[in-house]
Amino acid sequence: MAQVHLRDVVKNYGPLEVVHSINLDIADNEFVVLVGPSGCGKSTTLRMIAGLEEISGGEIFIGDNVVNDLPPRERNISMVFQNYALYPHMTVRENLGFSLKIAKRPQAEIDKAVDEAAEILSLTPLLDRKPGALSGGQRQRVAMGRAIVRHPDVFLFDEPLSNLDAKLRTQMRVEIKKLHQKVRSTIVYVTHDQVEAMTLADRIVIMRDGHIEQIGTPLDVFENPVNTFVATFIGSPPMNLLNGVVRDGAVVLEDGTTVPVPPGYQAREGQAVQLGMRADNVMPVGHSLPPTEHMAQIEMDVNLTEPLGTETLLFAELAGAEVQAKMLNPRPVEAGERMTFQVMLDKCHLFDAESGAALRG
Amino acid sequence: MKSLKLPPWLVLLLPAIIILAAVVLIPLVLSLYSSFTAYKLTRPDSLYRWIGTFNYEKAIGDAKFWAAFGRTVLLLTVALNLEMLFGLGLALMVSKVTRGQRALRTMMMFPMMFSPILVGFQFKFIFNDNVGLVNNALQSLGITDQAIPWLVDGNLAMFSIIFAEVWTATSVFAILILAGLYAIPKDPLEAAKVDGCTAWQSFRYVTLPFLMPFIYIAMAIRSLDVARAYDIVQIMTNGGPARRTELLWTLIGRTGYVDARMGYANAMGYISIFLAIFFTVFFFRKLTAARAELGMGV
Repeated sequence: MAQVHLRDVVKNYGPLEVVHSINLDIADNEFVVLVGPSGCGKSTTLRMIAGLEEISGGEIFIGDNVVNDLPPRERNISMVFQNYALYPHMTVRENLGFSLKIAKRPQAEIDKAVDEAAEILSLTPLLDRKPGALSGGQRQRVAMGRAIVRHPDVFLFDEPLSNLDAKLRTQMRVEIKKLHQKVRSTIVYVTHDQVEAMTLADRIVIMRDGHIEQIGTPLDVFENPVNTFVATFIGSPPMNLLNGVVRDGAVVLEDGTTVPVPPGYQAREGQAVQLGMRADNVMPVGHSLPPTEHMAQIEMDVNLTEPLGTETLLFAELAGAEVQAKMLNPRPVEAGERMTFQVMLDKCHLFDAESGAALRG
Repeated sequence: MKSLKLPPWLVLLLPAIIILAAVVLIPLVLSLYSSFTAYKLTRPDSLYRWIGTFNYEKAIGDAKFWAAFGRTVLLLTVALNLEMLFGLGLALMVSKVTRGQRALRTMMMFPMMFSPILVGFQFKFIFNDNVGLVNNALQSLGITDQAIPWLVDGNLAMFSIIFAEVWTATSVFAILILAGLYAIPKDPLEAAKVDGCTAWQSFRYVTLPFLMPFIYIAMAIRSLDVARAYDIVQIMTNGGPARRTELLWTLIGRTGYVDARMGYANAMGYISIFLAIFFTVFFFRKLTAARAELGMGV
């Protein structure tokens, strides 16, 4: 039993409230990623689950127990820190076995658990080294090994990859995913990198300013963002947002261009809205996927191109705003060229301009 | 006449060489030389009376010298360990203080601001058997009705000196260890908490290893200080009673300046230097090992 439940959890530092009454249910063996920009309260939330920060209000359950007042060592959790937090004066073997040694387990059991963990993480040849003699990726693996030897109820990861270079990060991301498949266990993972969140998570929790904005599977939050924040935070490049007003079932942009209201969305006549479309769904005619049912055509001037090989990112201008579009099977494009684009309307979104909330019909 | 042409590097180094020679080299060579003569301050011509290693042989065969040597080692061991323990305790407490920590840190340094001579006088008064504070307090509280001869009894006198020594220098340890406490990264301590450590275990397995380099630095500094202890002892007991608190340098000082036997005093001084060198080398070895342990490089 290793479900984690957060009930109206609040954190304040003096008069400053940083986490506002959040609720979250994490299932057994689920991989949940808390993601959001810096200062959104995701790390604080994780540290409250760990017991490293006191909870100012609400309740946290691990399994069936309220752990509000339990010190970290009684919560049966383990944590991987951003800066690895290895004990520099101990060898890798001692680092891995430390928690078991503290728990006064027999030496034979400690050795076995350490060897097992080292095996899983390919640390066996490094067991007698000190952390100072390891590379960043190796240290990260030791930190993860230290977490798995204890077979905790819950793994907590606090931005574990942010100190690694891009290539290593991709590699470790895969290893973490593999690790989760090998040692089925509940994982709560904090990151500010939406790619990490998308690739690792069973469910993503998107946070902003101490509130949870949306909880859902990666595809769900990608395809059905509840507001403009989630829409622009998840996905790369960020979703294009264009200001407009609804007239006769169509969105009239500031320069007069009209685009039909995307299917599945509803807006009042005259309502100020933002039309959201991802670059993947705006493509120049002749370079796009076969047409689908709901299509709109717009004309834009291309200002800048970013060739990526298999595709080219086009930076165009529409109604005073920058729009990013994608060209598959690219051909060379001159800056300033006027092109006709197809917009896949059924992949577009409509948000209220004032609140940012999605206008689902 | 062809002028003497010195190479430029020598010309540039010459000021430093002259100063070093005048301040360090010549006194060193002279004192070393004099330790092989029967030099007495009262008879300058004795400086030229070479007597070989006689002074050294005499010192090595002198029970008083070795008694003083042993006492100095004892003082070193006891005082350094007490200062370390008290300093560690003090630093740990001060590091937990949230308000007024600066003021506390400044106050901690007060004992170091007094001249050891004054500290000696102060404790001579405090431990005085007739008018001293300690006896007064003990008698007023009815704990004892007779005057305890703090500075007259051999063992008590040594205790009193250690007490004064610890009072002055505990803050050296406290401040260095406090600096160490501030330098400890927060993450391993949190990791230890999550790994299941109690407060004591976190201290034992994480905090202390991080502090060891700082403790050894303090030890190295203080061992040099205590190995040359002179002023406090000179004032409080003058090496008495009956040489029971005689340390190396009170003995050497008396031999050289009171008895005027400078050649012999220098010989004893050279033997004593090894004590200081030994402790310094010992603690630096320990320091290097502790730093290597932490992966801080050598």
